[in-house]
Amino acid sequence: MIEYLNIIFLETYKILFLLVPVLTAVAMIVWLDRRVWAFVQKRRGPNVVGPFGLLQSLADALKYLFKEIIIPASSNKIIFILAPVVTMTLALIAWAVIPFNENFVIADINVGILYIFAVSSLGVYGIIMGGWASNSKYPFLGAIRSAAQMVSYEVSIGVIIINVLLCVGSLNLTDIVLAQENLWFIIPLFPMFVIFFISALAETNRPPFDLPEAEAELVAGYQTEYSGMMYAMFWLGEYANILLMCALGSILFLGGWLPPIDTFPFNFVPDSLWLIFKMLFLFILFALVKAIVPRYRYDQLMKLGWKIFLPMSLVWVVITASYLFYFELLPGN
Amino acid sequence: MLAHSLFFYAFSFIAIFSAIMVTASKNTVHSVFFLILDFISISCLFIMIGAEFLGMIMLIVYVGAVAVLFLFVVMMLNVAQQKKQWFSSFGSSKHIPLGVLISVIIFFELIIVIGGWKYKPEVVSSIMESQSIGVSNTHSIGNVLYTDYIHLFQLSGMILLVAMIGAIVLTYRKRAGLKRQSYFSQISRERSDSVQLADVPNKKGVDIDG
Repeated sequence: MIEYLNIIFLETYKILFLLVPVLTAVAMIVWLDRRVWAFVQKRRGPNVVGPFGLLQSLADALKYLFKEIIIPASSNKIIFILAPVVTMTLALIAWAVIPFNENFVIADINVGILYIFAVSSLGVYGIIMGGWASNSKYPFLGAIRSAAQMVSYEVSIGVIIINVLLCVGSLNLTDIVLAQENLWFIIPLFPMFVIFFISALAETNRPPFDLPEAEAELVAGYQTEYSGMMYAMFWLGEYANILLMCALGSILFLGGWLPPIDTFPFNFVPDSLWLIFKMLFLFILFALVKAIVPRYRYDQLMKLGWKIFLPMSLVWVVITASYLFYFELLPGN
Repeated sequence: MLAHSLFFYAFSFIAIFSAIMVTASKNTVHSVFFLILDFISISCLFIMIGAEFLGMIMLIVYVGAVAVLFLFVVMMLNVAQQKKQWFSSFGSSKHIPLGVLISVIIFFELIIVIGGWKYKPEVVSSIMESQSIGVSNTHSIGNVLYTDYIHLFQLSGMILLVAMIGAIVLTYRKRAGLKRQSYFSQISRERSDSVQLADVPNKKGVDIDG
């Protein structure tokens, strides 16, 4: 019995040690997102609360917390309440397999990359549930758009992941990072990195692919009927997903926690800081794209996913596999 | 071991309960959500018996793709809520004997199939070997799927491809008067394709098309 309690205590400690920084980071990147956006548009952005406006997200969270939660009378109440919970939970449980350095990972499972892929493909349910349960036109349209969009872009993300897995020979995220010790995969697989980045934008409903919540057409899409803390949970879940995609991108292509060159000034920096730098780099790219690219039309979005990204990444799988086979570089031989 | 069996019973209870609720709930959208819960708890059971690859594939394929399409169709069709549940309304009970008959037949077929199931002897030994030397089950599935069962694997892929093409052919129709965007013709447009300079005589106009 004591053993069980010990294990449970240890695991809870590890989970809190991960989740509290992740949630803090989510609050910080919301601020960063707004600052970058403002910077591109020559505005100041949030700079009043705290130093440089760093505490703006905290103030927002407090505001949401004290607002009334309004549940529409004609909504399906259980599913309406479950939707933000599902979004938030799914955005957080995926962090269990992200390795921050060679030793710090909560669950070092064999099928880590499949786990992340499965969890991110479940993410669409929060949006569909919210959109349907609101029992209102705009949320429903937003949910339908989002479902089609996320399913389409998952396909190309899956094929891109296959490219990386061909070079690694393992589904374990730690192995994927360790396989990049000599060469980050962004160099041989650069086109795949670009497609991954754009697909990740679409997968997380970020601009220019934010059609599920296109404010010009759909008010706020699936979030229209939500208020108070429930709206904030959708928001937090969305940003946690974005951060997760940044982490996945840095693990798959940018060598995870590995320093760029394994010499003195670089390997003196702690491993997990390198991962955080890479995630920040990717996130600033995400934020810049939001500021400078206009929104796609829906048919263009679908065409991009199915007719351009999917064939390109499939051809690249063939190229990678043939190259590795011809030069006998296939892992596991 | 105690925690293991507790989790096992919890997941199997959720699986059976949600499987019943799929047919019993009044609202069709709720049925699909219970179906999703069923898929998730079954993939948890897969993971608990050590088949983590199968469990994850189950989540990705069934929950991430198939059930989304189910939900999509059910929501789009806007199926009216059933007024009564099947087990509480006697008006619709005339279908129950037929349903019971079919399920009994399927049950016995399953027993026959599982009872007569035989593995190739070398496959069993290779699975045992791979487990004993600590190869992950992703590797061992790959070893079997791409060697001994490659033809069946390819064949099932072909069947899926045929079904996909069939569905596209059935729903594809050419609509007249529809304007489509073509990126290539847009990008490859030159100035000479679209701009024409003409000397326009005064008070006569010009016939561009001629």
